[in-house]
Amino acid sequence: MATTGTPTDITQGSRTRGGIGESTLRPDGILKVTGEFAYSSDMWHEDMLWGHTLRSTVAHAEIRSIDTAEALATPGVYAVLTYDDLPAEVKRYGLEFQDTPVLAHGKVRHHGEPVAIVAADHPETARRAAAKIRIDYADLPVVTDEASATAEGAPLVHEHRDDHHAEHVPHPNIVHRQPIVRGDAAGAAARADVVVSGEYVFGMQDQAFLGPESGLAVPGEDGGVDLYVATQWLHSDLRQIAPVLGLPEDKVRMTLSGVGGAFGGREDLSMQIHACLLALRTGKPVKIVYNRFESFFGHVHRHPAKLWYEHGATREGKLTHMKCRIVLDGGAYASASPAVVGNASSLSVGPYAVEDVDIEALALYTNNPPCGAMRGFGAVQACFAYEAQMDKLAAGLDMDPVEFRRLNAMEQGTLLPTGQRVDSPAPVAELLRRVKARPMPPERQWLAAGEAADVRALPGGLSNTTHGEGVVRGVGYAVGLKNVGFSEGFDDYSTARVRMEVINGEPVATVHTAMAEVGQGGVTVHAQIARTELGVAQVTIQPADTRVGSAGSTSASRQTYVTGGAIKNTCEHVREKVLEIGRARFGTYHPAWATAELLLESGKVVTDGGEVLADLVDVLEGESVDLELEWRHRPTQAFDLRTGQGNGHVQYSFAAHRAVVEVDTELGLVKVVELAVAQDVGKALNPLSVLGQIQGGTTQGLGVAVMEEIIVDPKTAKVRNPSFTDYLIPTILDTPTIPVDVLELADEHAPYGLRGIGEAPTLSSTPAVLAAIRNATGLELNRTPVRPEHLTGT
Amino acid sequence: MRVNFTVNGRPQEADDVWEGESLLYVLRERMGLPGSKNACEQGECGSCTVRLDGLPVCACLVAAGQVEGRDVVTVEGLADFAEQRAERGGCGADGSEGSAPADGTAGSATCGTSLQRAQRWQAGGTDSRTGEGGDLSPIQQAFIDAGAVQCGFCTPGLLVTADEMLERNPSPSDADIREALSGNLCRCTGYEKILDAVRLAAARQSEAV
Repeated sequence: MATTGTPTDITQGSRTRGGIGESTLRPDGILKVTGEFAYSSDMWHEDMLWGHTLRSTVAHAEIRSIDTAEALATPGVYAVLTYDDLPAEVKRYGLEFQDTPVLAHGKVRHHGEPVAIVAADHPETARRAAAKIRIDYADLPVVTDEASATAEGAPLVHEHRDDHHAEHVPHPNIVHRQPIVRGDAAGAAARADVVVSGEYVFGMQDQAFLGPESGLAVPGEDGGVDLYVATQWLHSDLRQIAPVLGLPEDKVRMTLSGVGGAFGGREDLSMQIHACLLALRTGKPVKIVYNRFESFFGHVHRHPAKLWYEHGATREGKLTHMKCRIVLDGGAYASASPAVVGNASSLSVGPYAVEDVDIEALALYTNNPPCGAMRGFGAVQACFAYEAQMDKLAAGLDMDPVEFRRLNAMEQGTLLPTGQRVDSPAPVAELLRRVKARPMPPERQWLAAGEAADVRALPGGLSNTTHGEGVVRGVGYAVGLKNVGFSEGFDDYSTARVRMEVINGEPVATVHTAMAEVGQGGVTVHAQIARTELGVAQVTIQPADTRVGSAGSTSASRQTYVTGGAIKNTCEHVREKVLEIGRARFGTYHPAWATAELLLESGKVVTDGGEVLADLVDVLEGESVDLELEWRHRPTQAFDLRTGQGNGHVQYSFAAHRAVVEVDTELGLVKVVELAVAQDVGKALNPLSVLGQIQGGTTQGLGVAVMEEIIVDPKTAKVRNPSFTDYLIPTILDTPTIPVDVLELADEHAPYGLRGIGEAPTLSSTPAVLAAIRNATGLELNRTPVRPEHLTGT
Repeated sequence: MRVNFTVNGRPQEADDVWEGESLLYVLRERMGLPGSKNACEQGECGSCTVRLDGLPVCACLVAAGQVEGRDVVTVEGLADFAEQRAERGGCGADGSEGSAPADGTAGSATCGTSLQRAQRWQAGGTDSRTGEGGDLSPIQQAFIDAGAVQCGFCTPGLLVTADEMLERNPSPSDADIREALSGNLCRCTGYEKILDAVRLAAARQSEAV
């Protein structure tokens, strides 16, 4: 891995193996390769029932009646529940607004909305019984876009809004709106030599994590329930689940079970409440596992968006102003839409210095599928548009697109449109320089193997649609700006419990947090942090559950930063306690106990000069230190609802891509030949995991560039492709080689100088591929994903 | 109905199986072998790939009744399976089932596991239900070492597919690897580390010979 810049100063404990900065292997790796790792869908309990959800077959309809008699009479069925069976006063939930019914009441607002749930002794019995539930729907007109949602007399998706944003939006079918006005965009436009504008469309992407929504609810003898589930934030689930069950939070005990990917799609509840309701009703353990079809209805998607942009630049290539309007489709329920609006607006200029801006972002309520969190969270859609604009401006000025970006690149100290100063390294120009300087992959590499073309390397691949005739190459660049952690004044804290003791003659640290390991490798780096801080080889990471305080969400690239920071902080306090014990026991034997800076390294207490004072085993013999502490990063502020001003973000991450594509212009097929990345990670705590995150994020961006889209019928708002047959995600044949160049410029405000990593590569990957396809074909291409018909004009 | 078949070298009997149940359901919910994963249950993602009489198949697309009298190897039995293959001298070494083509390509390779060989294979000393007690197969170790495991949900299917590919084609080109693994979706890794892992396993295998 190439690294440059200010090296992060790591001294404490760095001589203990398996500490930070090393490519330590995953502690769950062996279990995962042997098939023993227990994912949420693998849970099993004696005498267990299977739950199934009946979902709406229409997008917007009044429910006139529900008849469950025949379903309930089916042999093997133990319970059939509808809205009327909900046990508590609280019957709705939601991340930001409590607008989502546990089961539909009175009407359904989107295709696939849960209406009834069934528990039976076999999953097929449950499915067949659910099919016998008779629902009388009376169709209602649907709203599916801004025009239909805000037209005079448009049906209101939520007739009675009681959320705190309702009074700030111009129409009840708008979830949230954030304008940002800074400087004088109209005046600055007069100075522009070139003005370009464009309308961009970003399709609805799905997280498409492989492990389906699933879990097991086990009723407790105390009237409570134990829930084993795949989620991104146990405590957020708990806060939403307990009130609907009519239980205090301490009677809903949640344990994270194996999570098969998340990418934002597990921030909202799916089957959690349903499984608990069925378990409490039947008195038996209930397992729910969505199939892939249901999974597409069981979680929110990435907001599809329409974006209007105008940029101006002087003849010398300096940006004069930016105006934009971003309309996100939030679908039928709010989910995380307000926060997505905050991100889309505040990051809408991207990593560029523009003084004069006029920005508006909003999210709609429609009868389309609900949209919420997905990797990149509002910054992805904006990046697609502003990067297309940068290429248009460069073309208008007859400049090299990378040179044009470099001229306007944000630096440390640049102001965001929100007035916030970027107070950590912002190596935008350097990242672009690096991807551009990388040697190009060889031309026509399908010929490299011999005389005959290897069709596997051509657009269309094994479909054998071309042997190279009509194939043209293109190159495109893009760079993106993403915030890290939760923004806008959110109390973004985490809790860590750390115990240190001697077990079997060895000093051992036990780390307990509620962090959801969703595959990203948090458990690996958290152990590395504890090893580094406490100088022990043995670190046990306890299963995540709600017996320890909240860790916040595994979202927004924040867990290494925030829960990692919490572990570091708690370890520092544990270390002090250990040294206190050591001073009390051995302080009289050596003056350094009182005078020197003391460290824990390789199982020993040492001075900063390297002198060994004691073995940890001797210090801790018969004692243990056990602390649970919360930790917060710097506070942020809400954005002003009229001007958008405010120090809303805590940290930023940057990635740049160069895409090389080959396009079969006759058939409109694209082969991405290479997607090179350069990214600043602040400090690579685990270089191997860093690469995995960057390559994975890059591939999700590639997917939305050329294939991924949930297609919703604009007339009926019904989903047309809820399967892996029809919703395509990249295979290993669609994914090119992804060389990664990592910078480590420390952010002095973050633990170890680290930066969140996982989201930024998802931003710039998509516009880089689009730019490369435009470069190859000369077409304008203002929508993603690009399909063959867009390239052939058919 | 009752289904008798062999899983990871051990005879198994499943009772009260519905006609519509898949092999995947029987393995996961009746045999207690959840290693084969249920990601799409329509043959698109490859997460449930197992070997049926030696051939890689999506267990979700195989009706349970179809496996009557046949042999199944799942990820839980992969280490044992690979170890016994190595003890026999690896691919094609016993001469009775063809040998690897001289040019090392997949082409007309006949050194996959034949029905006879699959049936000769028996459970070893380890617990084939859990894999406990056994060492990892080369491909399993390579996935860990190369960082090819993130959430890991695709991993069992990829391991079974890759292991079978390396059995047929011990020195695959990158294009060969991509072609062989193109039926296995992964959402986390971007596949680069998976390629690394398969290359690593192939290299270690060739050193060992």
